[in-house]
Amino acid sequence: MTSFTSRTLSTLAVVGTSFLAMPLAAQEKTDFNVAWSIYVGWMPWGYAADNGIVDRWADQYGITINVTQFNDYVESINQYTAGAYDAVTITNMDALSIPAAGGVDTTAVIVGDFSAGNDVVFLKDAESIADIAGRSVNLVEFSVSHYLLARALDSVGLSERDVSVVNTADPDMVGAFQTTDVNALVTWNPMVSEIAALPDAVPVFDSAMIPGEIIDLMVVNTDVLADNPDFGKALAGIWYETVTLMTSDTPEGAEARAAMGAASGTDQAGFEAQMAATQLFADPAEAVAFTASPDLGDTMNLVRAFLFDKGLLTPTATSDDAVGIELPDGTVLGDPDNIKFRFTTEFMQMAADGAL
Amino acid sequence: MRLINQQLSPPALLALKLAPFVLLVIAYLAGSAARLADNPADKLLPALSSMATAIDLMAFTPDRRTGDYLLWTDTWASLKRLGAGLGISTAMALVVGVAIGIFPVIRALLGPFVGFVAMVPPLALLPVLFIMLGLGEISKIALIVIGVAPLMIRDMAQRVLDLPREQIVKAETLSANSWLVVWRVVLPQVLPRLIISLRLQLGAAFLFLIAAEAISSDSGLGYRIFLVRRYLSMDIIFPYVAWITFLAAMADYGLDRLRRWLFPWSDMEGGR
Repeated sequence: MTSFTSRTLSTLAVVGTSFLAMPLAAQEKTDFNVAWSIYVGWMPWGYAADNGIVDRWADQYGITINVTQFNDYVESINQYTAGAYDAVTITNMDALSIPAAGGVDTTAVIVGDFSAGNDVVFLKDAESIADIAGRSVNLVEFSVSHYLLARALDSVGLSERDVSVVNTADPDMVGAFQTTDVNALVTWNPMVSEIAALPDAVPVFDSAMIPGEIIDLMVVNTDVLADNPDFGKALAGIWYETVTLMTSDTPEGAEARAAMGAASGTDQAGFEAQMAATQLFADPAEAVAFTASPDLGDTMNLVRAFLFDKGLLTPTATSDDAVGIELPDGTVLGDPDNIKFRFTTEFMQMAADGAL
Repeated sequence: MRLINQQLSPPALLALKLAPFVLLVIAYLAGSAARLADNPADKLLPALSSMATAIDLMAFTPDRRTGDYLLWTDTWASLKRLGAGLGISTAMALVVGVAIGIFPVIRALLGPFVGFVAMVPPLALLPVLFIMLGLGEISKIALIVIGVAPLMIRDMAQRVLDLPREQIVKAETLSANSWLVVWRVVLPQVLPRLIISLRLQLGAAFLFLIAAEAISSDSGLGYRIFLVRRYLSMDIIFPYVAWITFLAAMADYGLDRLRRWLFPWSDMEGGR
């Protein structure tokens, strides 16, 4: 009886422990998992997976790449941070505050686009952003919407103390704006185009006014990338083949845009409208120039100051230097002994040089 | 000796009761240590020390922006919603449930309707509620009421119907009218059940509360969990879950004590 009990107990303990201690593997391997979620700048990943572009590039480097779509953006990031995925589509701000602040060394291999109108502050009965003072603002707290609000308030000398923020789930934004007690709201596309069509919606501030600050990336676990540079090359190959196709003025290009539009719940025209609000880097040389420019450092300084102010740069951080950010030229913002977020132009440069 | 007749010594009994808790803690600590050895900043299974830091930050340090003690303002906001929702539900269960159980007209009028409404999945109604009642407190309280009240009403009505008919006939022969029967025969017997019914709905009420707070809110226990989920802050989520569990367990225990204190006769039923 006793031996049976103790055996059962020790078995349970072992099972429980091994379940909780998922390995954070990083070594040379051939199977890679990529997570992406619905957003205009990330739709090419789904299209590439559906149309064999992913498999073709993976075969060229003798690896396997599994591309998984997540309906929930935050969940895809959490899965990446937990170690279940090797790469994920993410914004520059979330990459710093979730995986990097969570100690997962992360490298941005592809700078895909920046938002130039995809994120908007809407008010009712207003003429300018200054009218937001004193209102309660519905948005996804701590998201790029929150950052956009902080920058919008900044632009007219207000601060977050002048408004009150109500955390609201992004699928409910369109419905929320139609209720009488909501008169200020910040959100992103595709909700933006729905809300803009409502009669009393006045867009007073958008991401085109802070160009290049909300950046959409494909990031890879730095350790995985260091051991498997072919994975980075394959990702760059997939990306530039797909965006070249989707931005081309050909029947194939139109078909790709229609397919991506359908996959994101709209049609070709709706998708092209969203693309117009997105500064997509179809040419790898442009992406390299953007990533290597000193403006990126200025942007990341604004972002980390915002995150520190909100207490999101690790709870114990005493300054916005807590997490180090390495720029392509080797400059480090913040703690050089704790670099967890890196930008590299290596793979985009190879695409520009046709060296993939 | 047969297994079903096994007698356990008090120490063995205590050890068995504690074993699942101890195992859970050991498994957590081992998993946490393994992940932290790989990555000292791991957020998934934080060490107890970082949870202690988070608790200190949430419960005993004023928030930098608002100066509030977040855990307590969250708790207060959630308990207000929960109290309002459960209070309304309990009052409805008492009035409507007893009426359905005792008055044939009300039973015909509302019995099938309440039975039908009780089958509506409340969470599926959430988007409609938010549009109709706005994103404020009313829609959150309404969700709890819609989720909890119909079940409590049905339970009350059934309890009244289950009362031995002989008792009511007996009261009638002693010249009691309908109101007196309700007052002296029905209520003393179903009021204790009302509290038991409320206890059984506590879990569901918390579920609806957290679902509503996750969608739109600026404070509350569910709000905080879904907010920091964005940052994988398990060091905050685990203590909050433990705190919610503790609150629910305390409410359950407190309601049971209240029942025994208010209706001491209800403890004689079935030797409970």
